Amino acid sequence: MLYTDNQTYVFDGTFYGLLTAVFESYERRHKQVKLWHKDLYKPDMFAEHLEVATDSGKAKRVWEGLKKKISPTHQKHYYSAFLSEQDEIFQHLFDYAHYIFDHPKGYDSNYGHEAVLSIAQMSQKVHREKHRMEAFIRFKKSNNGMFFALVNPDFNVLPLIIRHFKNRYADQPWLIYDEKRKYGIHYDLQAVHEVQIDFKQEQALTVSDSEITLDEQEALYTTLWKDYFKSTNIEARRNMKLHIQHVPKRYWRYLTEKEGSYW
Amino acid sequence: MYERIREKLSILADAAKYDVSCSSSGSDRKNTGKGIGDTGSGICHTYTEDGRCVSLLKILLTNFCIYDCAFCVSRSSNDIKRAAFTVEEVVALTMNFYRRNYIEGLFLSSGIFKNADYTMERMLRIVKKLRLEENYNGYIHLKTIPGASEELVTEAGLYADRMSINLEMPTESGLKLLAPEKSHEEVKRELGLIRDQSQMYNSERKLIKSTPKFVPAGQSTQMVVGATPETDKDIMHTADAYYKDFSLKRVYYSGYIPISHDSRMPVIGTQPPLLRENRPYQTDWLMRFYDFEVKEILNEGHPNLDMEIDPKLSWALRNPQLFPVDINTADYKMIIRVPGIGIRSAQKIIAARKFGRLHIYQLRKMGISYNRAQYFIRCADSPFQLTEPEPIQLRKTILQNSKSKYRTGAPEQLSLF
Repeated sequence: MLYTDNQTYVFDGTFYGLLTAVFESYERRHKQVKLWHKDLYKPDMFAEHLEVATDSGKAKRVWEGLKKKISPTHQKHYYSAFLSEQDEIFQHLFDYAHYIFDHPKGYDSNYGHEAVLSIAQMSQKVHREKHRMEAFIRFKKSNNGMFFALVNPDFNVLPLIIRHFKNRYADQPWLIYDEKRKYGIHYDLQAVHEVQIDFKQEQALTVSDSEITLDEQEALYTTLWKDYFKSTNIEARRNMKLHIQHVPKRYWRYLTEKEGSYW
Repeated sequence: MYERIREKLSILADAAKYDVSCSSSGSDRKNTGKGIGDTGSGICHTYTEDGRCVSLLKILLTNFCIYDCAFCVSRSSNDIKRAAFTVEEVVALTMNFYRRNYIEGLFLSSGIFKNADYTMERMLRIVKKLRLEENYNGYIHLKTIPGASEELVTEAGLYADRMSINLEMPTESGLKLLAPEKSHEEVKRELGLIRDQSQMYNSERKLIKSTPKFVPAGQSTQMVVGATPETDKDIMHTADAYYKDFSLKRVYYSGYIPISHDSRMPVIGTQPPLLRENRPYQTDWLMRFYDFEVKEILNEGHPNLDMEIDPKLSWALRNPQLFPVDINTADYKMIIRVPGIGIRSAQKIIAARKFGRLHIYQLRKMGISYNRAQYFIRCADSPFQLTEPEPIQLRKTILQNSKSKYRTGAPEQLSLF
């Protein structure tokens, strides 16, 4: 049984890479696999490892297989949990796939199982961040009519917010750019595209007020919003602890109403 | 121009903030024809420094008012700056805030200028302009002006997502004391009007699919807590009756913040009764989501809510005969009644126990508050106990082992809404 024990796999960090790893483990009959993201793996001189070669055909077969055995909600959870980019979740996603394939249909709701529960909980965290982005994104309008916003979410949630922004802001072009992950989503009144922005342009976005020419009314509405934010506060009920709990300081940099606040 | 609109906004936002309703959920209006805006499960776009959610641009059309209600900052006898927006100003503010993703929509209320119909007619012009000219499909919460004509109120219902009119005080006698010109009867008339129209539109929609939406997010109301000496039982039984009679979506409870020197009410500078306000919300949640009847929580024997412990725990300690609950066999309805277990955890428990008996470590991981729940449940590996602890002893133990932000002396508030 030596060959089935404690194998080490290294994958490229993509969703397809992870699913390919699941495929390979079945092909090789490996049950106990330690899965590493390639950026985190430190080669061990005593252990061999398998470099998983991402293969979209294999990945799709695994995904189709999972789709047959887990509910649409859990399919969404699975992908959301992946977008968390957390080290420990990759192993859970891998183990979860094995657990699902090795049991009859319906085991995706066994929250008593570690991987099943971990994925449900992680997807909830990702969902919360998605919801925060839907709340905290603040557009500025440029003089060519584009509404743009910078974000820095805890998890890679841009793929999850496309639909919300496309449905809501259907009559205005917009761009949402993730500073940390260096890509953005852009709506051109027809469809949403993923965009990469070269370094110079990105600088322009960051120091937006000086580099991009803003719409002439932008300053007025920024001011009115800040005024409104102050006026609607009830001083007798002041509760900064609760305020910070709801609006954590790491988001303040991107919030119009918190501009100029200490962070 | 720039300074004038700034001044108006600060006056009319300041005057509107005592209406605590903040919900932007419950409507199903979608963006049509590539317009702007939609509604859904509601979003809090930011929170003020007092910790309350900001989801709507909440403003008065004007703070001129012919009425002199003692609890209201805009009462006619109050010496304050007055202002009024034009229809165009409200539309421009709403659209520009919405386009920048500052808000979920508009919450429009008003002082009563000249008379009820004059005021309501202007509010109606605003919502019509937003819907018909701006192709705006975001959320609109519109206050019904007491005494406005049936035609105006009914027409407004075609453009608003939610409408509301405030009870102000939990009892008719309390209201009469502070606002002699107002009555609960009038509130009932307006609420009843919208309820009946809603029912009519809904039954018509079953036959004709294209029937327009009518107040799709339903109605709500608000009561001020702590201005007059009602018991919690008065407050919650009133809320329960209005939930049932008028199919309200929400009742809001607003801890009274002293804003006037009036011998009938608490003096300026008195701390707002934040805990007194929090307990009714907890009770409200138990009634709406946890399947409690109001009389189980508040009745002749218990006319007021316990300020030291929450109403669910308080109810459990009064009913020791129902506990402990076996997590592996009990009904869902009983599991959600356990202090320390919420709706989500209860659902996970029900789903997970089909695959095997649940143990303590699994419950902890699912996110229940085990420290609290442990006294009320049995799991697969709970230690056998010969006798259950006495409620009085239990209350002491729980109070000792839990940190309450309320026991420090200074009033604070929980993050319930």
